[in-house]
Amino acid sequence: MKIAVCVKQVPDTWAEKKLRSDDSTLDREAADGVMNELDEYAVEEALKLQEAHGGEITIITMGPERAGETVRKALSMGADAAVHLVDDSLHGSDALATSYALATILTGRDFDLVFFGSESTDARMSVVPAMVAERLGVAQLTFAQKVDVDGTSVTIQRVTDYGFETVVANMPAVVSVVEKINEPRYPSFKGIMAAKKKPVETLSTVDAGLEGSQLGLAAAWTVVEDFAARPPKAAGTIVTDEGDGGVKLAEFLATQKFI
Amino acid sequence: MTIAWQTSGVLRRLPTPEAASLLDLTHEVATKELRPRADEAEAAAYFPREIFTMLGELGLMSLPYAEQFGGGDQPYEVSLQVLEELSRAWMSVAVGVSVHNLACFPLANFGTDDQQRQWLPDLLGGGLLGAYCLSEPESGSDAAALSTRAVDAGDDYLVSGTKAWITHGGVADFYNLMVRTGDEGAKGISCLLVNADTSGLTAAAPEHKMGGNSSPTAQIHLVDARVSKSRRIAAEGAGFTVALAALDAGRLGIAACAVGLAQAALDAAVQYSGVRVQFGRPIRDLQGVSFMLADMATSIEAARALYLEAARRKDAGLNFTSIAAMAKLMATDSAMKVTTDAIQVFGGAGYTRDFPVERFFREAKVLQIVEGTNQVQRMVIGRSLGRG
Ligand SMILES: Cc1cc2nc3c(=O)[nH]c(=O)nc-3n(C[C@H](O)[C@H](O)[C@H](O)COP(=O)(O)OP(=O)(O)OC[C@H]3O[C@@H](n4cnc5c(N)ncnc54)[C@H](O)[C@@H]3O)c2cc1C
Ligand SMILES: Cc1cc2nc3c(=O)[nH]c(=O)nc-3n(C[C@H](O)[C@H](O)[C@H](O)COP(=O)(O)OP(=O)(O)OC[C@H]3O[C@@H](n4cnc5c(N)ncnc54)[C@H](O)[C@@H]3O)c2cc1C
Repeated sequence: MKIAVCVKQVPDTWAEKKLRSDDSTLDREAADGVMNELDEYAVEEALKLQEAHGGEITIITMGPERAGETVRKALSMGADAAVHLVDDSLHGSDALATSYALATILTGRDFDLVFFGSESTDARMSVVPAMVAERLGVAQLTFAQKVDVDGTSVTIQRVTDYGFETVVANMPAVVSVVEKINEPRYPSFKGIMAAKKKPVETLSTVDAGLEGSQLGLAAAWTVVEDFAARPPKAAGTIVTDEGDGGVKLAEFLATQKFI
Repeated sequence: MTIAWQTSGVLRRLPTPEAASLLDLTHEVATKELRPRADEAEAAAYFPREIFTMLGELGLMSLPYAEQFGGGDQPYEVSLQVLEELSRAWMSVAVGVSVHNLACFPLANFGTDDQQRQWLPDLLGGGLLGAYCLSEPESGSDAAALSTRAVDAGDDYLVSGTKAWITHGGVADFYNLMVRTGDEGAKGISCLLVNADTSGLTAAAPEHKMGGNSSPTAQIHLVDARVSKSRRIAAEGAGFTVALAALDAGRLGIAACAVGLAQAALDAAVQYSGVRVQFGRPIRDLQGVSFMLADMATSIEAARALYLEAARRKDAGLNFTSIAAMAKLMATDSAMKVTTDAIQVFGGAGYTRDFPVERFFREAKVLQIVEGTNQVQRMVIGRSLGRG
């Protein structure tokens, strides 16, 4: 089985994130880069399928030079090879451009499954997997908390607000995962040493056959005009119990869509 | 080659890309698995065996040893910085890793080929935990005065006596015992590698200590414990040489643990002083406080530089006995001072158990005592002066 996993390098989840004053994009130099947390679950799920069914895992990432650290981490966890798309012209690419680039790389590489995290911790659009599936013309199985492969089909449990749906599709297919799906492994020291010998294909946009007009900040469909820091947390709602505290609490939870 | 590695305010230069990946892995495991458990476990004197199992599986328990036997083949320059990052998250665990490495040292450096082939893969495999038994109730700094006896009984020794202050006593899978096979003095000592299940070997209840409570320390009692002579490492009478060589390397481990602990105290003090407001501004902006932080940071960098120089000399095959003693002396005294000052930066809050700095302070103290008190380090350094 051939599996691709799209992983993104993001600023450390716990670090304070800053926007650049010059072009309103995320300041990626300001914090340590780490693998997007959900993408670790995607890599883990691919490794588990490989352990059960054999095959090969390719990591795909689009990002600046230092995203190479994230590629190495995925290889240290056990993936076999990687493609790293790195080009200054990609800076500022929006979700459409990102999905265009990833789909172009995936086209012609013949995969049974393409794994994604269901959301990145920095931009949090949660759309790239669906966009890539659409561009590839394959089924999209999103928000998976369980994945099973049987012959030519793949079955997932798709998490919803109320429970889960069971969704089946023919392969090839795109699968995005949620954190319930597994417990990602740490790369072992042996894995780190083995990763040194694994192939990493570094591509520019030209190598990848991408059209410059569809990439970068200039091509983005939306523009960030202005931004401000998040205001400090407001005081919470205080419910005084006058015999109807339980009802009021339930009403509050309902307005917040918790129940 | 120099690779820059920077995380959470510590900048390191590392010799290889894989060393950087190794430090990344260590930092991740330290922040996700060690630090969140440390406060509660230390308060409960809980020994986290499962953490050592995990570190073993990841390959972090045997980094300085040969790859052919399951080690990581890393220079001390790298393995000690891994230890430092572990200690920054949880000193007791880092000390445990250091003691385990100390316990592997005799076999890895003085064992015969046969002995190494037979036992080293198990020791380095990550599943087992080791202990190193030199000290006794009546023989601490004067270690060569030890009196645990190994009596010749044909193919075996019968070992009797008491070892004191043994880290991992009662929880270790194997023990390096320094025992007397000959006359009084350093030349009558031999080193035996024994399994924990050897009959006649028992552990006393753990000591009640001031700190480092997740690392059990206990006496080991030996009553006619039968140990095959095939388990003797190096010749009869060479045991003290083995013990001291192991300690030279072990002291570097303690130095690295001390720097990691001091760094944790500084991290906490920098964070707290940035949010605690007095006189209308964060106390970090008061010069008197910021100078204290500056001195702490300087002392940590100096200690780090010294243990790394010692490590690089060891890696290059140069004599490092004296500089290792200097590194242990300086790093542990520095950790004592830095952790004391960290409490000062926290004010009254620092004196309570609501914040970890009082724990760091209690933990720093033991590092001035173990693997040779700091007076003994000065003896080692003093002896080397005026020679060569
Ligand atoms: C300040 C700011 C402003 C922005 N403005 C806009 C805007 O105006 N319009 C707009 O469309 N977008 C905007 N973005 C989004 C940004 O361009 C996204 O990084 C990009 O669209 C990818 O989407 P995502 O990270 O939200 O992906 P998600 O859909 O949240 O990510 C899901 C999964 O897709 C995969 N993935 C995502 N990115 C990559 C990658 N680079 N390489 C490999 N795999 C990847 C991973 O598996 C990930 O888990 C903005 C971001 C910021 C920080
Ligand atoms: C938590 C903990 C864990 C330990 N783990 C281990 C272990 O795993 N294995 C092991 O073998 N040992 C271990 N030890 C023992 C440790 O190495 C000894 O405590 C140490 O060597 C000092 O010996 P002592 O306690 O008998 O002190 P003593 O030797 O009695 O020293 C008392 C004081 O006298 C000073 N002193 C002694 N001789 C001189 C001198 N010549 N000149 C100047 N001052 C001198 C000492 O510096 C000290 O201040 C551990 C100890 C502790 C507390």
